[in-house]
Amino acid sequence: MKLTDEETAMRAGKFGPLRQWAIEHQIKVGTYLGADDFVAVGQAHIMADTESLGAAGVEWLEQWAALPVEQRQVRIPTITDPRGTDFAHAARLKQQPWMLDLERRAIAAFEALGVLMTDTCINYQTIMPPVRGEHMAYGDTGVVIYSNSACGARSNFEGGPSALSAGLTGRTPRYGFHLDETRQATFLVETAFTPRDLSDWGALGGIVGRLAGDYSQVPALIGLDRVPQSDEMKHFGAALASFGSVALFHMAGITPEAMRIDDVVPSGVTLRTHEIGESDLRALQARYAQDIGAVDVVVFSAPQLSLVEMQSLAAMLDGRYADIPLFAVTSPQVKPDADRMGLTARIEAAGGTVLSGMCFYQSYAREMAEANGWRSLATNSAKLTNILGGYGYRPVLLSMEQCVAAACAGGKLR
Amino acid sequence: MSGKIFYAAAGMGRKVKATALVASDGFSARYDLDRIRGVFSRPEHKLAGESYRGRVLVLDAAKGGVATAWMLHEMSARGIMPAALVLNRANPIMVQGAALADFTMISGFDLDITKAIPNGAEVEVDPTAARPFIRVA
Repeated sequence: MKLTDEETAMRAGKFGPLRQWAIEHQIKVGTYLGADDFVAVGQAHIMADTESLGAAGVEWLEQWAALPVEQRQVRIPTITDPRGTDFAHAARLKQQPWMLDLERRAIAAFEALGVLMTDTCINYQTIMPPVRGEHMAYGDTGVVIYSNSACGARSNFEGGPSALSAGLTGRTPRYGFHLDETRQATFLVETAFTPRDLSDWGALGGIVGRLAGDYSQVPALIGLDRVPQSDEMKHFGAALASFGSVALFHMAGITPEAMRIDDVVPSGVTLRTHEIGESDLRALQARYAQDIGAVDVVVFSAPQLSLVEMQSLAAMLDGRYADIPLFAVTSPQVKPDADRMGLTARIEAAGGTVLSGMCFYQSYAREMAEANGWRSLATNSAKLTNILGGYGYRPVLLSMEQCVAAACAGGKLR
Repeated sequence: MSGKIFYAAAGMGRKVKATALVASDGFSARYDLDRIRGVFSRPEHKLAGESYRGRVLVLDAAKGGVATAWMLHEMSARGIMPAALVLNRANPIMVQGAALADFTMISGFDLDITKAIPNGAEVEVDPTAARPFIRVA
């Protein structure tokens, strides 16, 4: 990779050992992935729940946090993805003291590094949305795909170590979705059915993700009959990224780089085309629901709920009572508004629990299942259904209304 | 098959020799593994129930979210991890995770590597060669 004088100085250790490690890490990654040079980024977003970090990762962070201030602090706004707990409800979730201790240590280390503990995967709705053409170093695949696709920003999937590196150096290797040529569509999806429900948007994202297959693929959707709302785009993108490792999609006439489909289809190229209808969505949902008559727990998470989703959930729960655990997971930015507007109180009066600053699957999901006896789970998040099988759950993908109905019927599915 | 060599587009880490665990399926540390027991745990995965400890995983494509970037490091610290990862198609997260963990990975072949390497074969993976490769011993 070509390095500027400043990058060469960083590599030589002139800015301390942490920035030296950071740029060396970025050079290793950039070289593997074919980057010619670096590009300056506006923000970094770090995924670093302690289930992923483990004790080794927390110790690794703490060694850097012990450096002098001028050597350890990030250079650009650097924010965090959800953490592994909501301390206020850890006992309710039966999380263990060692988990909370690791969380506290990780938080202290990140604060020492100058990181803003936003603890959210919906920063594009609540913190500072990126603008078209802005280069970013975002972690959390849902954040990346929304920012790239709905906003026209430019980010690759940046795992925790690489996002931290970008925060420290203010740049990232220029490969993948920082480049014009990789942002063109690689296949087309003709949709005869425009979803109306968030879980259906997620199911559509899951199906397109399976068709995609890998990170280099960029689907372009044709045929949607209206512009999806932000929460709809959020569920679609999160599932697409989760099922397919996809970081960018286009919607013809909707997303900013695809106002005309010809803008994202290489000239003279015939792309493979797939047709998706409502029956495909129902088939995906049915596959998860096989042989499950009742669920043990209902979870709304992945991504964290917006204020609008919190309002919808509160309205569905009014006058009803959830007699199995029901969790609504939102961000620390939405939670105070939900409290102030009475949404939290309405959800909790109906037996639900509002969790803030965490995400269900990033919070020791396997240990929570074992401690609470949770086996089957209902959610309206296609992303969550895709992840939780590996953690020992039997997930079911339902609409928010169907999830609420199940929670208020002792978990029974109709 | 013995001695057959397959070259990759890119590689990092150290040279390793171990038994191959092969499937035409994806890889994500969070989605697919029980990292405490060291087995593939996602029921739909073609290697469900198989131990990956000390094996050279030969799989199709990197999948899932960003957690693998930390998890390879965490798995390495506990000593319950594969010997190497060989993928038809990597994504940035696998590369970032391998870089942090000093883990052996090669990717990018001119054929489907999951069809070329027999499951259970003894293989050598050398990411340090001028052209990174996997060779059936």
